[in-house]
Amino acid sequence: MSMFRIFDVSGSAISAQAQRLNTVASNLANADAVAGPDGQAYKARQVVFQTVPMGEPASAGVKVRTIVESDAPNRRVFNPHHPSADAQGYVTYSNVNPVEEMVHMIATARSYQNNVEVMNTAKTLLLKTLQMGQ
Amino acid sequence: MFNRWTERMDLLGQALQLRAYRQQVIASNIANADTPGYVARDFDFRTALLQAQARERGAVLASASAAVPSASHGLAGSDPRHLRTALRAGVTDSARVAYTIRAQPSLDQNTVDLDQQRANFVDNAVQYETTLRFINGHVKTMLAAIQGQ
Repeated sequence: MSMFRIFDVSGSAISAQAQRLNTVASNLANADAVAGPDGQAYKARQVVFQTVPMGEPASAGVKVRTIVESDAPNRRVFNPHHPSADAQGYVTYSNVNPVEEMVHMIATARSYQNNVEVMNTAKTLLLKTLQMGQ
Repeated sequence: MFNRWTERMDLLGQALQLRAYRQQVIASNIANADTPGYVARDFDFRTALLQAQARERGAVLASASAAVPSASHGLAGSDPRHLRTALRAGVTDSARVAYTIRAQPSLDQNTVDLDQQRANFVDNAVQYETTLRFINGHVKTMLAAIQGQ
């Protein structure tokens, strides 16, 4: 029965979206992180999705292929009294753009909800199919 | 005679399988709504159902004309009057899954139009339930005819 495959497909999508939400959470948590002793501040991370064929030609799941780090320049703030200030008096913060991350979060939540709804519908239909002929 | 009773059931069964298959295709599209480079897929239900019916008719004719079908394709028999199963391909094989074209292409080459897919998904779910109801109604009719009450 091909309908059972829907749970695999939507399940893979949900897990991929959850991972994306995880990166958003990390990015937002580290939005104000300053550079450590090595001078490297946190870089915003983003997942890259990839289609996974699932046996049949028509069913395609999703997986996270890789997680890339943003190469945007780090935010530098002039604050000579900060303990992490460099020789010129600048403090290097992470390159996370909070507005962008919030947009990612909303998009991820919507996609997640869509896939949950797909699973619920498939479940309802399967339960009704079980009662066929009664 | 009995064949005529079950003919309708065959059609509804094929329709139900194709609906389930389409549900799966649309679920894949929704799952891949954020995947770069993914091209949404769908198939024409009407054409697929007609093809499945034509194939079924062809399969029944083929099994009727062949004296002894090989056991690998279903029940084998040594006499034309023996009960045997028609050799049939899966109904979903008749669905030619094509790629959709998007009116507004996006920069990452993804062609899933999420609104369209959601509408298709709900529509297909309702059609699936409708087919189920037809099947249930047909079963009830047959039972009523058998019991004669």
